[in-house]
Order: sequence, then structure tokens, then C-alpha cells
Amino acid sequence: MVTTASDDDKAKKAKPASKKRADKTAGKKSTTKKKSKKTTKKKRDTRETVLVTGAAGGLGRLLCRMLHRKYKVLGIDRRPFPDRPKDIEHHRIDLRRKSATQLIRKKKPDCIIHLGVIHNPQSGEAFSFNLKGTAQLLEVAERLQVRKFVFLSSANLYGPNATSSSFLSEESPLLAAASSPEVRDLISLDMMVQSFFWKQPATETVILRPVHIVGPHLRNAPSKYFRLKRIPTILGFDPMVQLVHESDVVGALSRALEPGPRGVFNVVGRGQAPLSRLISVRGATSFPVPGPLFEGVLDRMFRYKMTKFPSPELDHLRYSCLVDGTRAERELGFTPERSLKESLLDLE
Amino acid sequence: MPFSLASRVKDAIVAKLDDDLVTRIDAIPRENLNEFGVDPFGFDPELVKMLAPIAVWIYRHYFRVQVHGIENLPEGRFLLIGNHSGQLPFDAFMVGTACLLDSPRPRIMRSMVERWSAELPFVSHLFVRAGQVVGDPSTCRRLLEADEAVLVFPEGARGINKMFAQRYQLTHFGHGFMRLALETKSPIVPVAVIGAEEQAPAFFNIKPLAKMLGFPAAPIVLPQLVPLPLPVKYHLWFGPPMHFEGDGSEDDEIVAEHVKKVKNTIQRMIDHGLAARDGIF
Repeated sequence: MVTTASDDDKAKKAKPASKKRADKTAGKKSTTKKKSKKTTKKKRDTRETVLVTGAAGGLGRLLCRMLHRKYKVLGIDRRPFPDRPKDIEHHRIDLRRKSATQLIRKKKPDCIIHLGVIHNPQSGEAFSFNLKGTAQLLEVAERLQVRKFVFLSSANLYGPNATSSSFLSEESPLLAAASSPEVRDLISLDMMVQSFFWKQPATETVILRPVHIVGPHLRNAPSKYFRLKRIPTILGFDPMVQLVHESDVVGALSRALEPGPRGVFNVVGRGQAPLSRLISVRGATSFPVPGPLFEGVLDRMFRYKMTKFPSPELDHLRYSCLVDGTRAERELGFTPERSLKESLLDLE
Repeated sequence: MPFSLASRVKDAIVAKLDDDLVTRIDAIPRENLNEFGVDPFGFDPELVKMLAPIAVWIYRHYFRVQVHGIENLPEGRFLLIGNHSGQLPFDAFMVGTACLLDSPRPRIMRSMVERWSAELPFVSHLFVRAGQVVGDPSTCRRLLEADEAVLVFPEGARGINKMFAQRYQLTHFGHGFMRLALETKSPIVPVAVIGAEEQAPAFFNIKPLAKMLGFPAAPIVLPQLVPLPLPVKYHLWFGPPMHFEGDGSEDDEIVAEHVKKVKNTIQRMIDHGLAARDGIF
């Protein structure tokens, strides 16, 4: 029951800000109560147990709400998960703690969905949290011989690049680290899970690599960017952009739990369009800034922790990084429901 | 405001365009466009309208392009294979313009451009909006599978940067285009470009300079002071479509044999075109 999670720790998978702080203490107390209730119920429950790490993040909450109808959901996060449905069991533990490992071993989940990754490059502990947490989780998964291990990675790891071809397949190398060291840990996470996939044939391992996720419940970089009224762009560049709606990502995650599919899948929403047109659909005005100036300002702001957006990530506004989502369609049976326009307009 | 300014400029240009030109641009196949008016690669036929006046002027008045056999262009997917030359890719530009202006069925040629063009501000997205794509076999395969017409110069940088002494001599043809054609069952249309090889005569190539600038080559060309190609007269000769049987997984020797056939056809067409023309200008 440990937690010191600060608000910004999971910038990318954050939650509506308003309630959060107030719920923090309340959530802590209620966990123990609910847990004891659960244990009596559990005996009759024959559904599979799914462990969701990062359950209290924006995406985690949506996922838990979707899964709890079909599975017994066990959430782990340092943050509280207020207003959760009654049958979701949530534990506020740091994934790096021994107690977390012990808890998982006791609960023996059949499937693990690993969302608990810090994407915020400003967070000092991202490195330790991500690598150590994931390594321990994989160790438990190996010991328990879980049926399924699902990891949410990102298509951004391919790296926007002037020389990359259009529509990258899952086999394309993860080149993002070359320009932005901040994503290096995230690439190593993806690689760790990949090697788990090869070493543990008994477990069906699925790595999902979604493109930029946007949605009303998210406070990640792309969602925040498109919520701006005046959207900064780079003068002279107008790349093709792919987006995927949060509900489609949740849909893909739950599909990944079905027996059968294993491997790496790009998750792409319907369609792609030039950045400038996405901005005009939002009713915002674009605000072109010369690239070097933009970089300089952002670098300075990043150093003084005024932004969480490192300047190498500006390449997303400069070069296209289109990925091919047909494998997920074919093998996962995933078809996005929201079109690009709908996803954008749903941002509130 | 920049958005409405751009649309006002566009309206002004479109209002001045020839009706025939507008109907031709509107007749470009549009099945692959999405709700944002662009295809998966970013091509936007509306932007072609804005670029058309420049293209038409260069085509009709600067290079005074003469087209022969353009009725050979088939419907649906095909690969247009030609000789590459002239230091700057005006040959691709003119072939593309011919397919839009003079073909019985207006088509937009998707040509494979140099990778470094994607790093240039403005040029990068203008190219993309005008239907050009970064040269890559997987991109080419995708375009053909979407029934697009793709322009490929198998000589690549070897061809465009050749010296004046090697004019109208084809250099080595890569095999990639043939495998793609076999795999996607696309016919190959040969095209001979006459004129471009004299537009910017090059006598030396300063390789270290090219390396420093990151360009494929840094040739010293005749009109070095004026950054324009010479106003040569272009002749484009389109040959009948060539069909090859196979699935793209053949041995190198078989593919090489097919490639040789295409190369010889183009060389013959070049020789014929050279004999038929009256002069360089």
C-alpha cells in the first residue's frame, strides 16, 4: 500500500485532473475494505483474472471498465482509481516493490496487460521505474506461466525520419533513439518484451504499437497538442499524420487477450492526413515557427522544466512516420471504429 | 488567417485556369482519396491545380514538349520506365505533365523521388501533395496495388548525373522495378526522353563537394551561372505496354533477361527518336 505518486508521473496516460487530488486519500482507505469483500466473492468466480498495471491512468481506467464484464480485473498502480466498478480490485503499489511481486504471485492472474510505463521524459525516476518494474513483471509472468502477456508500446519508436519509407511494418527497426535519447528506455522495454516473447513460447506475448493516441480522457502529448487553439507547426513542413482514438486502443488491447494472436502489431486509426488539415478540422489556427527557433525555445523550456516535450520530438511535426496496420487487422481482427475526423472532434 | 489566405490564392489561380485543364485534373482517378481530400500518401489533386500553370508554361513554352505514342498508356496500374538524365529531374516533371495534359486518359504519375528531398522545407510537402513519393520498393508496391501509375528511372542517380559524353547511353538498370512489375502483375510502358540529356551538359563531378552537401552528385554544368536548364526541345516517345509472366520470385538470370529486354527497347526508342528530331533546340 505504498505510494508517493506525483501528479505528473504518468503524463502520457494521465487522467482528468480535477478530482484526482481529492480522491487520493479516500482511495487509499477504501482499498483495504474492498479487498476483504472480494475474497469472499472470489470462490464462485470462474472467470479468468487479468492483471492491469497502470490501471489508474486514462487508458487503464477505460480498459478496466471494458474488461471487468468478461474478466476478473486486478489493477496495480501507484495512483488511486476512484469511482471504479465494484468488482475491480485495485492495489496502490509501486511495481518495483517486492510486495507487488508477492501480490501478483498470490493472485495468480491468467493474463497480464502491462500499461504501467512512465512516458514523461522529465520524470527523474522513469528509467528505474520502467526498466525495473517491467523486468520484475516479466519475471513473475515467467514464473506463473501466464497465458497472455500484453504490452502497450508505441509506433513512435520507429522514429519520424526523412529517409524512412511510408507504411512501416512491424519488422522495421526502432530508430527513434538516434534522434531522441528520451525514448531509449522505451525502446529497451519493447526489446525486453520481445525477448520474453522468444524465450517463453508457452505464453502468448503481444506487443501493441499504437500511433499517437488521442481521446477525451487522455492528457498525453498529442491530445494536448490538438486541444490548443493556436497550434505551433514547423515552417515549411506539413507531414502526414496518423492518429488512433483511445477507445480503439482499448478495443485492440482487449482483442489481444483472446487466445491465438501473438507477436508485434501496429495499431492505427482509420486514415491519415496532412497535419495542416487536422488543425483546420479542429477549428484551430496553425502557427508556423521556423524549425531552429522552435528547437531553441523548446530546449530552453525543457531544461527549466517548463515543458515535458523534448525538442527532438519535434521531428513528429517535420517528417511523416506512417505505419502499416494491416497485420493487426488480419491476425488480431482489429478494425478501428473511429475515423480520423471523429477522433479529432471527440477531443472536446 | 493563413488558411483563408491560401484558399483565396487558390481560388484566384483556379479561376484563371483553362477549363480544359480543370476538367483534366478533375478526371484524375480519385478512388483513393479520403475524407481529407488526400490519398494515403498525401497526394491532393486540388493542389495540382495550383501548380498546373507553372507546369503548363514550362511544358508548352520552355521545353516545347512533343509527345509521341501517349495513347499507349493503359488504364489501371502500370510502371513507366525511362531514361534518366539532365542533372535536375525535369524529365520526370515533363513526363508527368504529358500524362496529365496530353494523355487521352489524364493520369497523375507517381514518381519515386530522392530520399533527401523529404528534408527540404516546403519542397518536401509540395512534392508529396503533388503525388510524388520517396523512392522505396514497398511504397512502389503499395501504389501499384492501389492501381496507380508509377514512374521509375531504373538508372537512378547514375543516370541523372551522367556526363555529357555519355548522353543517350543507358547506364546499368537495377532489377527492382522488374520484380515489382512481376509481383503486382503490372505492365511496363517504356518511355524515351529526348532532349533532357542536353539540358545541362556536365563535364566534371566534384565528388567531395557532393559528399559535403549530402547531394547525390555535384556536377559542374554548362549553365552554371544561370540556375536554369538550357531551353532544349523535348521529345517523349511512349512505347506499347510490355507484359511479363511471373511472380517476382524468379532467379536473377530470368529477371535480368526481362530487364535487358526493357532496356534494349528503350535504347532502340532513343536511337529512333534521335534520328527523327531536327535539332537540339
